[in-house]
Amino acid sequence: MRLINRSPGRPAALVLMALPFVAVLAAYAIGSEVRLAENPQDKLLPAPAQILETAIRLFTEGDRRSGRILLWYDTGASLARLAIGVGIAALSALAFGMAIGMLPYARRTLNAFVGVISMVPPLAILPILFIIFGLGEVSKVALIVIGITPVMIRDLSARTLEIPREMIVKAETLGASSAVIAMRVVLPQILPRLIASVRLALGPAWLFLIAAEAIAAQLGLGYRIFLVRRYLAMDVILTYVIWITLLAFLMDYALRLLSRKAFPWTEAAL
Amino acid sequence: MSFVEVRNIFQSYGSRPILERVNLDVAKGDFISIVGASGCGKSTFLRLLLAQEVPTRGTIRIDGNDPAVEPGRERGVVFQRYSVFPHMSVRENIVAGESFHRCWGRFYGAGKKQALDRADETLNRIGLAHVADAYPATLSGGMQQRLAIGQALVARPRILLLDEPFGALDPGTRLAMHDFLMELRAQTRMTVFMVTHDLEEGFKLGDRVLVFDKTRWDADYPDNYGATITYDFDARNGGIPFQDIMEEHNVLLSA
Ligand SMILES: Nc1ncnc2c1ncn2[C@@H]1O[C@H](COP(=O)(O)OP(=O)(O)OP(=O)(O)O)[C@@H](O)[C@H]1O
Ligand SMILES: [Mg+2]
Repeated sequence: MRLINRSPGRPAALVLMALPFVAVLAAYAIGSEVRLAENPQDKLLPAPAQILETAIRLFTEGDRRSGRILLWYDTGASLARLAIGVGIAALSALAFGMAIGMLPYARRTLNAFVGVISMVPPLAILPILFIIFGLGEVSKVALIVIGITPVMIRDLSARTLEIPREMIVKAETLGASSAVIAMRVVLPQILPRLIASVRLALGPAWLFLIAAEAIAAQLGLGYRIFLVRRYLAMDVILTYVIWITLLAFLMDYALRLLSRKAFPWTEAAL
Repeated sequence: MSFVEVRNIFQSYGSRPILERVNLDVAKGDFISIVGASGCGKSTFLRLLLAQEVPTRGTIRIDGNDPAVEPGRERGVVFQRYSVFPHMSVRENIVAGESFHRCWGRFYGAGKKQALDRADETLNRIGLAHVADAYPATLSGGMQQRLAIGQALVARPRILLLDEPFGALDPGTRLAMHDFLMELRAQTRMTVFMVTHDLEEGFKLGDRVLVFDKTRWDADYPDNYGATITYDFDARNGGIPFQDIMEEHNVLLSA
C-alpha cells in the first residue's frame, strides 16, 4: 500500500498526537536534569517540578508589596488590549472588506491603498505610535489594529468578491437594494469568513501585543516576561509562555466552536 | 406592439463582437427556447434580457417600458448553479422571494406570519414542504433547482429567464423538472426564455425555438463576427407544424 493511503487507527492517532508533546517535555526534563546535576545553581533550564511550584505561586499568591496576584492582573490587562484591538480590527475589516468587495467605487478608491498599507511593517511604526499616542493603552491597541487590519481587509474583500455573481444578481431580481444585498446576502456569508480571518490574525495580534508591552507598560503578560528576564527568572517566563499559549489555544478553539454553532449552514451538505 | 421587443442588439467585449443584429418580438406568455453552439452568446443574450449587462447597441423593452439598466423585479432568473441562498433554509429562501424588495429585506410582525404561511403553501405546491427547514446544500440538484424556480416565481416577475436550469441534472430528474415547469407555467402563463443544450428539451417545452449562430464566418479570424438568431422555429405540437398541414392537405384530397 502506498504511504499516502495509509492512515493510523484511532488509538494510534492519539498516541501519535501525544508523541511530539511528550518528546519535547522529555527532552526538556533530561536537559534540565543534566544541567542541574552539573551546577545546582543553573537558572537556564529549571526543573519541571520547580516550574510547577512557581506556577502555583504565581497563580495563587499575591504580590509582596501590593498583595495583588499579578498574573491575573497581567492577564486582564493583556486580554483587554487584545480584545479591543482585535474587535476594532474585525469591525473595520468587515466594513471595508464588504465595501471593497461590493462597491466598484470603493474598490477603485481603496484597493491599491490597502494593498500598499498592508506592506508597511507594523513594528517599524511602533515608535511613531508611541510618539503620537504616548505610552498608554492607545498606542498598544493601535499597534494591534494597524498590524492586523489591512490583511483582514484584503482577506474579507477577496471573500466578498468570491461570492458568485449569480447569487447577487438573483437577489437583484428579487428587488433587493444594495443595503438589503449587503445585510441579507453578503454579510451572513462573510461572517464565518470573518471568524476564520480573526483566528488567523490572533497569532500576529499576540505578537504585536507582547512587542508593545515589552517596550512600554506597567502591566501585561508581555511586560512581565520582559521584566523578569533581567533576573533570569526562567521559571516565571516559562509559566507565562505556557499560560499565553493556553490562552491563545482556547481563543482559537472557542472561535472554531462559535463558527460551527452560529453558522450551521456552512457544514450542511448532502 | 409585442411584449418583449428586442431591437438591433449588438454586444461586444472589448473589440470582440459576440452578438450582432439580434431582433426579436415575443408575445406575452410565450415560452422561448434558445439553443446554439457553446460559446456563441446564448448566456450573453440572457444577461442582456436580464439587464445584467447593457448592450453595446440596440434596445430591449418589456411591455414598452424604457430599457432597464440593472436587474430588477420584472425579470426573474434561474441559473444552472448558485441560484438559491446557501445560508437560508428552504422556507427562508421562498420568503426572500417576497421580502427582499422591502426596506430591510424582511417581514415583521403579522406580515411575517402571513409570509411564512404563504411560503409553506408555495413549498407544498413545488413539493418541498418536507424539507422546509433544511439548508439548500442538503438538497439534491433537482430539488435545489425547483427551489430556485419557486423562489423566482414568488417575486412575480414579468419574464422568467432560465440559463441551462436543468443542465446539471440526471435524465430522470430532468423529465420530472419538465413536468414541474410545465405545470407552473400553465398556472402562471409566464413569459419564459430558456437556454438549453438539449434540442429535445427545447422543442418539448418551448413555443418557439431560437437558434443562435454566426451568419458570417472568417476562417482566419473566427472571432471577427458575432452570432445572431439564424432560425426561429414554431415549436408548438412538438415542433412539427408541417405534419399538421400535410394531414389537412391529405384529408382534403381524399374528401
Ligand atoms: N464579461 C465578459 N467579458 C469578455 N468576454 C465574455 C464575457 N462574457 C462572455 N464572454 C465571451 O462571450 C462568448 C459567449 O459567451 P456566452 O457565455 O454567452 O456563451 P454561451 O452561448 O452561453 O455558451 P455555453 O453554451 O457554453 O454556456 C464566450 O466566448 C465568452 O468567452
Ligand atoms: Mg451559457
